[in-house]
Amino acid sequence: MTAASITVSETPLVLYVLRRADDALVLGHRLSEWCGHAPMMEEDMAMANMGLDLLGQARELYGYAAKVEGKDNDEDKLAYLRDVRQYRNLLLLEQPNGDFARTMTRQFFYAAFSDLYWRAMMASRDTTLAAIAAKSEKESAYHLRHSSEWMVRLGDGTEESHRRAQLAVDDLWAFTGEMFAVDDSERGLIDAGIAIDPESLRTQWLATVARVIDEATLKLPANDWMQKGGRIGQHTEHLGHLLSELQSMQRTFPGATW
Amino acid sequence: MYTQALNSSDGEDRFVEDATRAAAFQARIDADERIEPNDWMPAAYRKTLTRQISQHAHSEIVGMLPEGNWITRAPSLRRKAALLAKVQDECGHGLYLYAAAETLGSSREELVDAMLSGKSRYSSIFNYPTLTWADIGAIGWLVDGAAIMNQIPLCRCSYGPYARAMIRVCKEESFHQRQGFEIMLTLARGTEEQKAMAQNALDRWWWPVLMMFGPPDQASQHSDTSTKWKIKRFSNDELRQKFVDATVPQAEFLGLTIPDPGMTQDSEGHWRYSEIDWTEFKQVLAGNGPCNRDRLAARRKAHEEGAWVREAAAAYAAKRESRRTAQAAE
Repeated sequence: MTAASITVSETPLVLYVLRRADDALVLGHRLSEWCGHAPMMEEDMAMANMGLDLLGQARELYGYAAKVEGKDNDEDKLAYLRDVRQYRNLLLLEQPNGDFARTMTRQFFYAAFSDLYWRAMMASRDTTLAAIAAKSEKESAYHLRHSSEWMVRLGDGTEESHRRAQLAVDDLWAFTGEMFAVDDSERGLIDAGIAIDPESLRTQWLATVARVIDEATLKLPANDWMQKGGRIGQHTEHLGHLLSELQSMQRTFPGATW
Repeated sequence: MYTQALNSSDGEDRFVEDATRAAAFQARIDADERIEPNDWMPAAYRKTLTRQISQHAHSEIVGMLPEGNWITRAPSLRRKAALLAKVQDECGHGLYLYAAAETLGSSREELVDAMLSGKSRYSSIFNYPTLTWADIGAIGWLVDGAAIMNQIPLCRCSYGPYARAMIRVCKEESFHQRQGFEIMLTLARGTEEQKAMAQNALDRWWWPVLMMFGPPDQASQHSDTSTKWKIKRFSNDELRQKFVDATVPQAEFLGLTIPDPGMTQDSEGHWRYSEIDWTEFKQVLAGNGPCNRDRLAARRKAHEEGAWVREAAAAYAAKRESRRTAQAAE
């Protein structure tokens, strides 16, 4: 017996909140995969910290999405009983950990965005989202600082670390464009002052990224082709595997309380 | 290693270790004074503590693996966050235990290398596998419960840095133990499948947990001097009995059966358990437990694959330092 997927009534606000909840859960899950296997104990602590911050954000966002939807769903049903096509996270965040350079580059690209994003969202007319933003902004600021410091250490460390960091930047760059995309469903929320327009963050994001990449003696790729699809459930091959692990208990034992 | 001046190494100790100093040291211990890193101490005291604290630190770090095995599969977001936080706590314990061991004159790197090469041990309990979610409950309830029994007396250990580290560790461990018990309780009150899962975890963990207290008193190698130095305040068998007496009513409350049909309560209320299979204990110690090879392999892999990261951090720090020196010289 396996538990079937739920259906979610994705009104613009539910969809908007789910997308951010999925971002936080998927990246938090990826960071938690490191636990016990990091290059040094201090990084085991740091990655668990960041993972816990993101799991906390995910729980608040799922709880809010469930409340807005007003059906029978809750944080666990939303996390554990939607299949890969129902997940709405950014493709960047589902990319496998790879080596430590890849994990930190993924963190850096995202934190440079989420730091600006949550700070701007503190002005949301939606008081719940504004409150979640106030907490998440502090966490993202730390994630950005931590990952920036590693970008510089790895880029300007040894030849090997430089090579690995550059490869990670080159491989992940195409997933950064999706952070700034807006579709019709989000446009209405932006107009209503509930969401912010991510396009307004792009210049500042690029300035932060370029400054750190430069200090790290790395180069930003010239290729400006950007992948997209995560927001509408068209993912890379990696997410399905992540979900099959994440959801295994809830799928195997339908209806049980843990 | 931090740069505070530490007193003499083992080699030197042997020359200066005279009867007067040893007697004064023992008098301080007898008066329940705390020994601090810069105080004179017998070489054997230093060696015993370095061994014990570093083994304890290794156990925290290796102990991250069996529970870490379930972080990505935890059955709810609340459980996932709690488990990740718990395993992170263990890493934190490892870090400050290594720091406590460093005050005795060995560096973290040396101590970790001794573990990776198999020279230094970690607790055998982590050589057993976590097969189901119930194992996460059982580890919290039983393994952390047994660890607390062992560690509470260490909060009064004669060596200051170790005693202080243990105070914090014990606080967190008792939180973990309650969390583990609560997982077991949820399973025991759940579906038939969940109850069976909980019983099976108890069946598998019970005897290995009793072995955590070490060999029976008549066979323990280190107890006499450790007791004299107030590193150890209760014998293995005393602690084991305390644990069993505390745990039997908890199992009863959960509606689970301890896998020891021969267990009886004596006239003083103590639960008398059956003979422990010390052959299994010796086999696991000798490297033949179900997960010995996997645990060491996982730690070695993390260490080896992380080498380039640590080298990069060191290289960057050195570059920054030389740039700073060059700037200062201009």
